[in-house]
Amino acid sequence: MSSNKVVHALYNDDEVVLEAVKKVKAANHHIEEVFCPFPVHGLDKAMGLAPTRMAITSFLYGITGLSIAIWLTWYTMIGNWPQDIGGKPSFSWAENMPAFVPIMFELTVFFAAHLMVITFYMRSRIWPFKKAENPDPRTTDDHFLMEVPVHGNEEELTNLLKETGAVEINIVDKH
Amino acid sequence: MSHYEAPIREPLVLGDKSYHDITEDIARPIEGKANRNWYIAFGISLAAMLWGFGCIFYTIGTGIGVWGLSKNIGWAWDITNFVWWVGIGHAGTLISAVLLLFRQKWRMAINRSAEAMTIFAVFQAGLFPIIHMGRPWNGYWVLPIPNQFGSLWVNFNSPLLWDVFAISTYLSVSLVFWWTGLLPDFAMIRDRAIKPFQKKIYSLLSFGWSGRAKDWQRFEEVSLVLAGLATPLVLSVHTIVSMDFATSINPGWHSTIFPPYFVAGAIFSGFAMVQTLLGIMRKVTNLEAYITRLHVEYMNIVIILTGGIVAVAYASEFFIAWYTGSPYENYTYMSVGAATGPYGWAFWSLILFNIAIPQLLWIKKIRRSFIWSFIISIAINIGMWFERFDIIAIVLSKGHLPSTWWRFEPTFIDVGIFIGTIGFFFVLFLLYARTFPVIAQAEVKTILKSSGENYKKLRDGNHE
Repeated sequence: MSSNKVVHALYNDDEVVLEAVKKVKAANHHIEEVFCPFPVHGLDKAMGLAPTRMAITSFLYGITGLSIAIWLTWYTMIGNWPQDIGGKPSFSWAENMPAFVPIMFELTVFFAAHLMVITFYMRSRIWPFKKAENPDPRTTDDHFLMEVPVHGNEEELTNLLKETGAVEINIVDKH
Repeated sequence: MSHYEAPIREPLVLGDKSYHDITEDIARPIEGKANRNWYIAFGISLAAMLWGFGCIFYTIGTGIGVWGLSKNIGWAWDITNFVWWVGIGHAGTLISAVLLLFRQKWRMAINRSAEAMTIFAVFQAGLFPIIHMGRPWNGYWVLPIPNQFGSLWVNFNSPLLWDVFAISTYLSVSLVFWWTGLLPDFAMIRDRAIKPFQKKIYSLLSFGWSGRAKDWQRFEEVSLVLAGLATPLVLSVHTIVSMDFATSINPGWHSTIFPPYFVAGAIFSGFAMVQTLLGIMRKVTNLEAYITRLHVEYMNIVIILTGGIVAVAYASEFFIAWYTGSPYENYTYMSVGAATGPYGWAFWSLILFNIAIPQLLWIKKIRRSFIWSFIISIAINIGMWFERFDIIAIVLSKGHLPSTWWRFEPTFIDVGIFIGTIGFFFVLFLLYARTFPVIAQAEVKTILKSSGENYKKLRDGNHE
C-alpha cells in the first residue's frame, strides 16, 4: 500500500515555494505540511490554513488578569483588612481605585502575555525536551520543504513538483 | 514583486548575501572558538562581578550602615543605580515592540541583542531594592501572599509596590518575548550542530521548533500581540519608577512631568547602551554586514529625539524652580543653588554629558560615524547616571531644616556594588554573545530580498 508514502519537495526560494503551493493546490493535491526557515507571507492563505485565534485568547486572558487584579486589590485593601494608610482610609474600592490602576494594568498584561505564549507553545506542541519534527535539517537554514501524500499518483505528482521549481524531490515512507 | 522597496532607502544587509550566508554568519561566533580579547574582557568582568558580590555579602552581613547613607539621605547610590539600570533596560523592548508595530525593518538586526541587554540590565536593577531591604531573605514580603501576621497584606496604594509588579511583569514578559523569537534561531543552530553535546543543548533550547507553516502563522500573530502588550508595558515601567519620586511630597521630586520625562530619559539611555554594546559586538563577531551605518544613524536619531525631550524637561524644571520664588526650590537638583552648590560638579556633569555632547549628533557625519557614536554613547551613559544621582542625592541633601543638611559621600562598598553590577552585566552579555544567535536570523532573512544590497542592486541597477 502506498497510503503512508509522501513526497518531500525541497525549494530554495520563498517566492518559488509560494507559487508552487498555489499550483499544487490548483491541481487538487492535498498539501500535508510546509516547513520553512522563516515566515513566508501569504503562505498560510495559499495553503488554506484557517486564521489563528491567538489574539482572541490573549484578549480573554487579559480580561481574566484584570478581574483578578480587581478582586485582589479589593480583597486585600478593602474586604479583608481595611486600614487607614497615610490619612487615606480604605472605605470603598471605587474611591481607592486610582491607586490600583497600575496593578490592574500590570496584571492584565501579565496574564494576557504569559497565558497566550503558553497557549501558543501547547497548540504548536513546542516545549523543553520536545524532539524536532522537521524532516530535513536544511529547513531551518535556507530550504523550504513541501510534504504531499502520494495516492498511487507518484509519477504525475513528481512531474508537477519538478515543474513548480523544486530543487530536490524525495519519496519517503512516513510512519 | 512582493519584495519591492523604494530605491532611495539604503540597504540594511550589506554585501552579496544569500539565505545560507546569513545562517553561516550568525552561527559562526557560536561554533567558533573565543579569541583572546573575549577571554580578557570576560576575565575583567568576572573579577568586577566577584568584587561586587563580595561587597553585597559584606553589606548583608553587616547591615546597610556600611553605605554612605544617613537619616536624611536614605536613598542614594543604590537607587541611582537601580533607576539607571532599569532605564537602560528600556531600549530592548522598545526596539522589538514599538518598532515592530511601526514596521521598521532596521529593528531586526539589533532587536535580539537589545532585548538581551534589557533582560540583563533589569537583573542588575532588581538587585538594588532587594539588597536595600537590609534583610533580603524577607524579600518575598513584597508579594501579596497569605501569611501568619494576622491577615496583613501588602499596600497597593504604594508606588514602591507598583514597582514590584511593573518590574516583574516587564522582566518576565520581555523574557518570553525574547525566548519565543529565539526558538527558530536555536533550531537553526541545532540542525547544523555537529558535536553531540551542542546538538542536545540546542535541541533543548529550541523546544523542538520545526517551522511548520501553522507554527509560523501563530508565531507572527503572537509576536504582534506581544508587541502590542509590551508597548504600553515599557512605557508603564519607567512611569511607575518615576512615581516612586513623583508621588512623594519632596520639592524637586513632587513633579508632574516626571513620568514622560523619565520614560524619554530611559529610552535615551537605553539606546546609548545599545550603541555601546553593538559598537563592540559588530566588530568582535564580524557582523558588520548586518549592523550597518544606517542602523547606527537611526539609533542616533532616536537618541537626539529623546535627548531633546529630556533637555526640555530639565529646562522646565529649572524654570519652575526659579519661577516659584521659593527659597527651598533653589536647592532642588535643577536650580541655581544646585549649579553653584557643593554638588555643582554633578550638576554640570549632567549638563555636559546629557545635553551638550549629544547635540553633536545633529551633524550627519558624526551621526553616521561608528567611533563618534560609541564615544557619545559612553557620555550619555555617564550623563544619565548623573541625572539620577542629582535627582536623588542633591534633593535629599538639603532638607526642609538647614540643621539636617548633609552631604552624601559614597563608601567603597557603594562603589564596589555598582562596579559589581557592571561586571555581572558584561559577564552575562559576553556569555550570551558566545552562545546565542545574536541576530534574529529568521527575521533578517525575510527582509533580505527587499533590503539586501545585492537584491536592491539587481532591482534598481538600471536607475543609476
